[in-house]
Amino acid sequence: MGLLSDPNRRRALISMLTRLNTPICVLCYFAGVCWFMGLAFEPFTLRTYMSENAMGSTMVEERFPSGERALATGREFAAHKKKAGGMPVDWLVKTMQARGLEVFTQSFSRTLPFPDENKERYIVKGTNVYGILRAPRAPRTEALVISAPCSPGDQNNQAVGLLLGLAHYFRSQIFWAKDIIFLVNEHDLIGMQAWLESYHHTNTTGMDWSPLQGRGGSIQAALSLELSSDVITSLDIVLEGLNGQLPNLDLANLFYAFCQKIGVICTIQGRLQRNDWDSVLGYSHAVQTMMLMVMKQASGRPWGDHGLFLRYHIEAASIKGINSFRQYKTDLTTVGRLLEGMFRKLNNLLERLHQSYFFYLMPSLSNFVSIGYYMPAFGLLVVILLLRALDLWVLIANPPAITADGVADLEQQSSTGVLSVLTPLVISHLTGAALYILPTHFQEIAVEHFPVSETEAVVLTAIAVYTAGLALPHNTHRLLTGEGTEQGWRVLKLVAVLYLAVLLGCTALINFSLGFILALTLVPVAAFVTPHVPKALSAVVLVILSPACTLLFSVFFFQELQEMPVSFQEGWLLYLSVISQGILDHYLYGSLVYPLVALMIYPCWLLFWNILFWK
Amino acid sequence: MAAYRCSLCARLLLLLILLLYALVHSEEIKQGNIHHVRGVNKPQTPAETVERPLEERQCEATEVNEAVSSDAAAHLQDYPGPDSVLTSTPQLKDDFREELVIRPLHSGDIYASFQFRTVWETDFTRGSKVSHYRLFPKSLGQVISKFSVRELHISFTQGYWRTMQWGQPYLPSPPGAELWVWFQDTVTDVDATWKELTNVLSGIFCASLNFIDSTNTVQPSASFKPLGTANGTDHRFLRYATLPREIVCTENLTPWKKLLPCGSKAGLAVLLKSEKLFHSSFHSQAVHIRPVCQDWHCKTTSLELRQTLNVVFDLHTSGQGKREWSLFKMFSRTLTESCPLASSSKIYIDTTDNPQEEQFELSPATPLLSQAVVLGDRRTFSVYDLTQQVTFGTVRSLNVLIRWKSTEGDMLRPLLHAERYVAGYGLQTGEIHTLIYNNHPFRSFPVLLLDSVPWYLRLYVHTLTVTSKGKDNKPSYIHYQPSKDRIRPHLLEMLLQLPPHSVTEVTVQFERALLKWTEYTPDPNHGFYVGSSVISALVPSTVAMSTNITQEQPLFSTFFPCKEESNYFMRVYTEPLLVNLPTPDFSMPYNVICLTCTVVAVGYGSLYNLLTRSFQIEEPNPGLAKRIANVIRKMRGVPPL
Repeated sequence: MGLLSDPNRRRALISMLTRLNTPICVLCYFAGVCWFMGLAFEPFTLRTYMSENAMGSTMVEERFPSGERALATGREFAAHKKKAGGMPVDWLVKTMQARGLEVFTQSFSRTLPFPDENKERYIVKGTNVYGILRAPRAPRTEALVISAPCSPGDQNNQAVGLLLGLAHYFRSQIFWAKDIIFLVNEHDLIGMQAWLESYHHTNTTGMDWSPLQGRGGSIQAALSLELSSDVITSLDIVLEGLNGQLPNLDLANLFYAFCQKIGVICTIQGRLQRNDWDSVLGYSHAVQTMMLMVMKQASGRPWGDHGLFLRYHIEAASIKGINSFRQYKTDLTTVGRLLEGMFRKLNNLLERLHQSYFFYLMPSLSNFVSIGYYMPAFGLLVVILLLRALDLWVLIANPPAITADGVADLEQQSSTGVLSVLTPLVISHLTGAALYILPTHFQEIAVEHFPVSETEAVVLTAIAVYTAGLALPHNTHRLLTGEGTEQGWRVLKLVAVLYLAVLLGCTALINFSLGFILALTLVPVAAFVTPHVPKALSAVVLVILSPACTLLFSVFFFQELQEMPVSFQEGWLLYLSVISQGILDHYLYGSLVYPLVALMIYPCWLLFWNILFWK
Repeated sequence: MAAYRCSLCARLLLLLILLLYALVHSEEIKQGNIHHVRGVNKPQTPAETVERPLEERQCEATEVNEAVSSDAAAHLQDYPGPDSVLTSTPQLKDDFREELVIRPLHSGDIYASFQFRTVWETDFTRGSKVSHYRLFPKSLGQVISKFSVRELHISFTQGYWRTMQWGQPYLPSPPGAELWVWFQDTVTDVDATWKELTNVLSGIFCASLNFIDSTNTVQPSASFKPLGTANGTDHRFLRYATLPREIVCTENLTPWKKLLPCGSKAGLAVLLKSEKLFHSSFHSQAVHIRPVCQDWHCKTTSLELRQTLNVVFDLHTSGQGKREWSLFKMFSRTLTESCPLASSSKIYIDTTDNPQEEQFELSPATPLLSQAVVLGDRRTFSVYDLTQQVTFGTVRSLNVLIRWKSTEGDMLRPLLHAERYVAGYGLQTGEIHTLIYNNHPFRSFPVLLLDSVPWYLRLYVHTLTVTSKGKDNKPSYIHYQPSKDRIRPHLLEMLLQLPPHSVTEVTVQFERALLKWTEYTPDPNHGFYVGSSVISALVPSTVAMSTNITQEQPLFSTFFPCKEESNYFMRVYTEPLLVNLPTPDFSMPYNVICLTCTVVAVGYGSLYNLLTRSFQIEEPNPGLAKRIANVIRKMRGVPPL
């Protein structure tokens, strides 16, 4: 405590921090990166375990018998789907009714802000069909959801077949304590969004939906099913949801436990687990799996139909059947038994899943990294910003070279200081606002004047606004009276550094991966940039480390991780589509990554760009 | 001594007269002293014997046609004779009737409703001590007299009645436990009496009724009117409470069965085996006590105890693919006798939708038919009279079998139904939506909506909206009692007019309160329950309903009094709600203590240090030479440097 009250020792500490600022910063940066890379090393991680008592010790016997019948139903569904040219609503209603469910339909329509070229849709109209299995002697207060999307083409027919098969089998059981909702949603995520918004009677994205007629109370958990082949070799679980939200870890544990019990090969991120953690290969495998999770989480988009449930505090995951060239195949009966087991355990839940972690990373299905382990990596990066801020603060308080008329100078500087800080702040945020608003609002004008499609227009407008922002320093200075001073840029940088620290801190609390990736690129920028570094070289570095380029590198890195490397040309096209998808995700599902980058991160980066070109 | 002898003489004389009376009317026997012998000493008044052929006419065993039943109905209306059982002469007699109604439902499920009625011609209100009990359960009688209860209605329900699939129940009840009591207007401290009563009932029924306290008790001003004879309807003497979380199981069934005169030893109660009753989709048991008129003039009242048990069996979970129901399949028992103490013991099977046996097949066929107006609809019933030996046939056991012929029907469109849900997401605010459907094609009717919401959901009443068909629907009567934290719940009562063929949506926003950490339940992440809304309505009926409730009719059709001819009274309960409140992590206190201690020690300690320390400018440390010089100077007596 002497540190606070003893001016000498305080001074000594501060002088040490300012003197050794750069080495400490470099050290922190590398320590942060190393810590992060170490997270995937198995001895440093925790093994997963079931925290929820209600799901742990209770024995459940799986008896689902009718995989073959489910397949036949799936084929029938496919035939009707082909005939109807979309969702076979009548057939589904009839089939579900025959299985003894209360069946309801819901229609919805949504006009996208601009055409989605990946999925080739613009005006989306569809119908969701869902049947509710009413639990005997339950008062309609709790429900579980199992959903399968009705996808175009030959996709997911088996999933719908299995869903109906499970419905038939579940209906004849007496032990259900929660209503079970069997949902077949059209237009994947849009249908799911419409159903969920209608179920909770909210409207966050301006979708038109018809109100639901039947409900089952508060939904406790949901599983989304994707199966496109009659037999599978492995099951993959997808956890990443909207805005990087994850379901409770117990849901993943439950899946893992049942895969172990029934003997189905299970994967996460489509990657098998390796046992040789002590070899280089094993370690790099774990790192890659974890990096895939980080990249997916950072993207903030729902990676399956389950992703939208998480907003409503419903634990949800997608289960995908994968049919590769492996020899050992699993039939649908086994998958049905696995789902039955999972649902029976979820049915046993007395409370919502809350015992286990909500914030975690998974280098494999049997190991996880909890928030307490990964946060230090991020903390080490952010502490750099705080050190730089301290350094700047000290410099501003005691200017290094005091001239004879230093007092007069200081007064003059502080008076211009407010304006010189405020002007770039306001202008860069206005640029950010333009980046957020212009692409979707000026697509029509762009389409009229340039030979591009709407989607291209949006993406290219975004890139154009982004690039135009780089010319900002010149414009800012025109607005400023007089020359920028030494003190001026220091104040601006102090503000910018603290702003970035707060921004990244908040982002990492909500979505660690996004915060970490942004910190990885923006922290060096924030640390080294001054008006006195070589202009051309620094400008290149700054642009390379800007959010847009981070995204570009992430696209290539992600493809590399998925073992699907792309050429630069393909990568660029992918990059453009990723931008358009990001904007669509925001407008369709309320993903926050695009507004965060456009309204916060990008203006913050512009401040540093401004400092570089300070005159 | 003389007085004693005199009274003895009087008694002897009385006995003699009675003996004569009994000899003259050989079928009528004074109850109270002599035990019944089943099938021989059945009390039957001349009025009843006259009425019986009119009411239930013997049909040809093979064909059951509508002409006969409508004929019977015409007779029924022509001779609305007074209730024969109630008008019989002996004083202070009690009477027990039991019946079972079975309604095959469209969905293939089956609905069985038991009613046991004990009517006791006594009056607790006059303050007279009653110590002799015969058919009426003593445990309840004592409670009623001790707490001056005028009317008591208690129900335990496991499951939610699916109106869309099953139609209307004979007696609606909300999931969980519901208790409402009208006290005599002689009670001075109603709240204290209520508290004591709930605790006593909790013991009688083995239920958690002792959890009823002021935070979940309300006094509805309009929704719950006395169902028996009453002159005052001052709602200060009414208490209403629900426990939506109450789970009903065998431990509640056993005490309920013990209230029956025959227990579960004989009669219909033999069927009430818990292993089957709780293997069902819906289970509800209730006790209703109310004063009813003793006779046509209603000069004196008698006490009526109705015990009802409703159960719905599910076709899918219990059938091995066979679409058929029998008493044995439902209850794993068959009937061999009626309760010897019962004056009437019948099984009714609802065959209204099945006049030509196109829906289902009923065996053994019964010659008896009965008609009754239930819930605004004229229904036809096949009747099995268990007091007749013929009913049991040669095998001496009755196993009614219903075999379905048609496949499953569509969902029903009941005239009135309601649903409720919580809208919104997040743990701060939310919105309660109540949807009330009027499916009548051309008539609008009024409903009373009662909402009792616990205090920890803070209702914003200014956000209350009522819309039907997209337009604002102004309630003609609103009674709102705001909640008080930890003391009483919100009470909202509204009289709404439902336009024909419409959905009326009532929404109100709420904020979730943060509870004190000891107020959370042991499973806080399960959520907190909000009891069902109660919708009481006068629904337009297709059949003009008889106003005479003392008329001989099946019991299940005569519960709610009905004044207007074209309307019938109906009560609908919505589903209860499960609402999550912001819940702290209860493993945190340890962490919080550690963290708080650290913060206090570090933060407060250093601040205190800074504030209280006196600062002095310290001389820089003198050099070695200077120190030596100072020592020398000190020795010389010169001031130091």
